[in-house]
Amino acid sequence: MAAFAAFTNRARQSRHRRASPASPATRTLISSVALNRRRGRITYRVVLTLVIVVFTLVFIGPMYFLFTDAVKPTQEVIATPPTLYPHSVNLGNFGQAWNRLDVGKMLWNTLYYAFGALAFQLVFDVAAAYSLSKLRPVLGNIVLFLMLATLMIPVTVLVVPQYVTVANLPIAGWNLIGTPEAIWLPSVANAFNIFLLKRFFDSIPSDYVDAAAVDGASRLMTLWRIILPMSRPILGVVSIFSLVAVWKDFLWPLLVEYGYTPTRETLNVGVWQAQVGVPENLLIAASAIAAVPTIVFFLIFQRNIMAGLTAGGIRG
Amino acid sequence: MANVLTGVARRAATPLAAGPRRPASLLPRVRRNGAAWGFLIGAVLCFSFFSWYPIVREVIMSFQKPVYGGGNTWAGWGNYVRIFRDPTFWQAWRNTLEFTVLALVIGFAVPFVVAIVLNELRHARGYLRIIVYLPVMLPPASALLLFVYFYNPQYGLFDDILHFLHLPASQWVFQPGTGFISTAMLSVVIASTWMNMGSATLIYLAALQNIPGELYEAAELEGAGIFRRIRHVTIPQTRLILVLLLMLQVVATMQMFIESFVLTNGGGGVGNNTLSVVMLIYQYAFAMSGASNYNSASALGVVLLLVLAVFSGGFLWATRERG
Repeated sequence: MAAFAAFTNRARQSRHRRASPASPATRTLISSVALNRRRGRITYRVVLTLVIVVFTLVFIGPMYFLFTDAVKPTQEVIATPPTLYPHSVNLGNFGQAWNRLDVGKMLWNTLYYAFGALAFQLVFDVAAAYSLSKLRPVLGNIVLFLMLATLMIPVTVLVVPQYVTVANLPIAGWNLIGTPEAIWLPSVANAFNIFLLKRFFDSIPSDYVDAAAVDGASRLMTLWRIILPMSRPILGVVSIFSLVAVWKDFLWPLLVEYGYTPTRETLNVGVWQAQVGVPENLLIAASAIAAVPTIVFFLIFQRNIMAGLTAGGIRG
Repeated sequence: MANVLTGVARRAATPLAAGPRRPASLLPRVRRNGAAWGFLIGAVLCFSFFSWYPIVREVIMSFQKPVYGGGNTWAGWGNYVRIFRDPTFWQAWRNTLEFTVLALVIGFAVPFVVAIVLNELRHARGYLRIIVYLPVMLPPASALLLFVYFYNPQYGLFDDILHFLHLPASQWVFQPGTGFISTAMLSVVIASTWMNMGSATLIYLAALQNIPGELYEAAELEGAGIFRRIRHVTIPQTRLILVLLLMLQVVATMQMFIESFVLTNGGGGVGNNTLSVVMLIYQYAFAMSGASNYNSASALGVVLLLVLAVFSGGFLWATRERG
């Protein structure tokens, strides 16, 4: 795909850059001539080492403790001064934390909410963006304007009326509190998704759509066979955003899924709730378990995530 | 990917503008619109129920009060008067401003400097980028619980570091005191910056990579040193993104909730010295024992909304491109 070509291209460039530091691909703040002078080379080495050491300490350091404290026995976790590495490794902590906090159930809940929300968003937001971009119904521009206007409303401001609405849905009268729909349906009202998708669909020439119509394809078929295959990069960006959003959300799941047995909480809320009455090492073990899926997810999709960050937010 | 997206968009701009707009007879037009609305209706319903209606309802609820036995009646400005008379309201605003200022001083400047440094390095770029962004991906509760543990006054790591450096121990988040730069709030900001700075750093990095090298070349030939090159080339060239991110960051930090909520276990610190406005909304609505009051929470929500709207509008007006 085009996006992948761009990735690999960039990867090749940076590899090239790494191989010969003397001639970087683009000129930056400090010229390579200055860096290749004797003084420049020494300064560069010093700065590079410092940056690597400090950054590793600052960003990896806390995570090192997340995983090493998770396997320490309770006594060792609260010992002063702290031990830099676990003197006795207690892998059973993970199992204990798993059972005691019902981590398995919370992990399942989180995945269920996240992928459910993703499915709802992909179906409804893609359909809406397709309609707004290619089918152009009457009042479509007003709908689009009203959707984009919600980007101006900060999300946390609306929690109270949203909660009251979800507890007693107008017209239908349903109470969605405690159901997965309480997370899935509000996630569809995501103007940013609509914006990204519509902008991308706008860039697909209408000739394709018209040609499909001439060949007798229905509108749904056009979306499925023509538009979606061309939109993989943006679908990837939207999917990653929506999965990460549910995974990291706190206030909303705390309000709508809190306090059921068996638990309906997400990992993010459940780990917080366990703060009371659970030994420190088990709490850290549970936090570590909660962190592992996101770290793995990030390491697999890091290129797409980082590219999406700049594609989505501000055009690079 | 950014370039790919915009590239396609530019190429396709013309055919779309001249889309098929033939006057059609009534029946096909109705059918076409019916189909289009069929695709649109799911999202429109979700927006109506979970976005548009709550916005209207928040304003309505802020002017209502509950009646014994169910139902609501109009309360005029009663809810607003009540929250304005609540001393916690003013404290929450003061704390939120304190957090915003500190988070900007630390959380706005640090990523920019980090991005400039990372952009100059010719080695380990991938590694450094990944580790800067890694905390952003952690579930926030996990990251913050880790800081709860570091900040613990009895056995926390940070006090041990202070001890090692022969500095007096600190209570960190639970340090009493409400001075404008309180230790408690500073602790919240440190945790918040650690877990959030990755995204800003990467956005700046992308912006820095788009600066044409010739500008630096020219500046250097004119005899500009490193700092003058940053001042006169880097900052003007990234101004748009700096300004945009500054605004987004202020709006985001004014809504601070989870950091203080998890670090103080929902309490808001000693004497509420890290209680934020959104935490107060939460407390008004859900945590007051027995009589939870959605109406004063809605009033507070409206106030926060107005403040943020006035800020964003004023900011956009003040930083608009002149000429």
